[in-house]
Amino acid sequence: MKLSKIQRSYLYNALAVVGVFIVLYVLQLTGLIGRYYQGILLTLLINIVLTVSLNLATGFLGQLTLGHAGFVSVGAYTAALISLRSGLPEAVAFPIALVSGGVVAAVFGIMIGIPALRLRGDYLAIITLGFGEIIRVVILNLKFTGGASGLNGIPIMTNFPYAYSIAVLTITVMFLLIRSRHGRAIISIREDEIAAESSGINTTYYKLLAFTIAAFFAGVAGGLQAHMLFVIDANKFGFIYSVDIMVMVVLGGMGSITGSILAASILTILPELLRDLAQYRMLIYSILLIVLMLYRPAGLLGRHELSQKILGQWAGRLGGKKRTPTTPDSPEA
Amino acid sequence: MTFLTYFLNGLQAGSIYALIALGYTMVYGIVKLINFAHGDVMMVGAYVALFSLTSFNLPLWATVLVTMLFTAVLGVVIERFAYKPLRKSARISALITAIGVSLLLQNLVMLIFSPNPLPFPDPLKAAPVFEIGGLKVSTLTVGTIVAAFILMAILTLFITKTRMGKAMRAVSEDTGAAILMGINVNTTISVTFAIGSALASFAAILYVLAYPQIQPYMGSMPGLKAFVAAVLGGIGIIPGAMVGGMVLGIAESLTKGYISSQFSDAVVFGILILVLLFKPSGLFGRNVREKV
Repeated sequence: MKLSKIQRSYLYNALAVVGVFIVLYVLQLTGLIGRYYQGILLTLLINIVLTVSLNLATGFLGQLTLGHAGFVSVGAYTAALISLRSGLPEAVAFPIALVSGGVVAAVFGIMIGIPALRLRGDYLAIITLGFGEIIRVVILNLKFTGGASGLNGIPIMTNFPYAYSIAVLTITVMFLLIRSRHGRAIISIREDEIAAESSGINTTYYKLLAFTIAAFFAGVAGGLQAHMLFVIDANKFGFIYSVDIMVMVVLGGMGSITGSILAASILTILPELLRDLAQYRMLIYSILLIVLMLYRPAGLLGRHELSQKILGQWAGRLGGKKRTPTTPDSPEA
Repeated sequence: MTFLTYFLNGLQAGSIYALIALGYTMVYGIVKLINFAHGDVMMVGAYVALFSLTSFNLPLWATVLVTMLFTAVLGVVIERFAYKPLRKSARISALITAIGVSLLLQNLVMLIFSPNPLPFPDPLKAAPVFEIGGLKVSTLTVGTIVAAFILMAILTLFITKTRMGKAMRAVSEDTGAAILMGINVNTTISVTFAIGSALASFAAILYVLAYPQIQPYMGSMPGLKAFVAAVLGGIGIIPGAMVGGMVLGIAESLTKGYISSQFSDAVVFGILILVLLFKPSGLFGRNVREKV
């Protein structure tokens, strides 16, 4: 019976994923979601990929990194260069560009991870920050990356189906990874690195694995971004950008994938809603950030996942009824 | 002779970095927090100095005092309202709060004074240029280096000789034991923030005298570099921040002079990475073994 329960919840989630896609896509085709909102939606999906991937390194592995933007930038430049220089038709080049962006970012992840992951806590944050800044400065000074003016004329290929499927793919991979043996090893490092090591877990390997996977998805997200904006410039991917992604992870809750999705959505949509208050936008954002940390330091969801079970409980509490009998705790997608 | 010029310029920049780095290192030593808002406290100091010089026509020495006092209060207020409630929660929450405070200061200043850069007057315009064996050295360069050394000497005396300095060392060594010995930890932490912020604003004045333009984001890059300097010397160690700042300033100036000015930032962070890889606790740090 247990297997069928899991299978059933997988089925529900798959249906939900397809359903949300169809609804959003039809709304876009019929023009109910205008171009402006389509752009926001794409940014939102990219932010989800970034936040979920960083959550693997920071939330589940427990390693504080402040250089995620460096990987995004490597992925964006790799993908853009492939689209611009390979001579392949745009539609063929795009998927290749995305995957290569991810792979090159993952290679950088390994190269940076091997020395950096020997450090812990604040020192790891500092060293990743340093690597991120070096990537930015080097890209700004190389010939083939266009130097300070960046690359332009990148074909606009990122569309809703691509972004949506990559976001779903990222989330699925993260969920499956976290619930696997490898995922438990990764979480055990967060809980207590020394204990994990004495239980025979190869901590170096798992740290590097999580770090590299996070870098890979950051690179793919970078590729998506490059093909959305027409122009890329390394200065966009500075320290502040890493911080933005980190804020999303912390807001959603470190170690909660659904929390990351929620936070990425809130922090992408909120600034747009505050557009009328343009001058005060960042002020409000920073105050919200401080207030949130003061009153809810674990983030919106902490380490919990937003599942049917919890939603059912919340709905029950809101309605003031007794707790509704819950559906099985399902892996979200 | 060019080498000496670069070296002196480096020493000038290094003195500024060292003064900012002291704030980072003292705060980290005592509350284990990377105070990302420190660079922005420095920026606020630059704005206060500008208005004290232009709107109130105060002389330079009075400006320095007013600015240091103002930022000292600002530092204490920030600590009380933003960091103190988080002293016992996870490190990352405090870190994110510090980033929030940094954004808050930047945007507040931007709202009040517009994001456009403002020119900073040069009260040392008439000051003489020294010439030592064909090498031209401005009063500002000499003044910056001398002032930084005097301040660091005072700080060292304060830390080693006074009761409050002793309390600061005790709290940074072991907060729990310090409380048991009857040290008022809250006051000690406030004093630390006050001194750190005042030093940063002093550095801000030296900085804007050298690069006479101020804008709301001006604090982030010197802040980040000063932070690198603090790590370089061993974060939490006061002489380390001084030496780290100087080393960083000189390395940066020599890179600008001999290699390329674009790569100076890369060199700064490259040094940081090398130090962290080979001696993670910094040049002056001790290795602390982790016990289970």
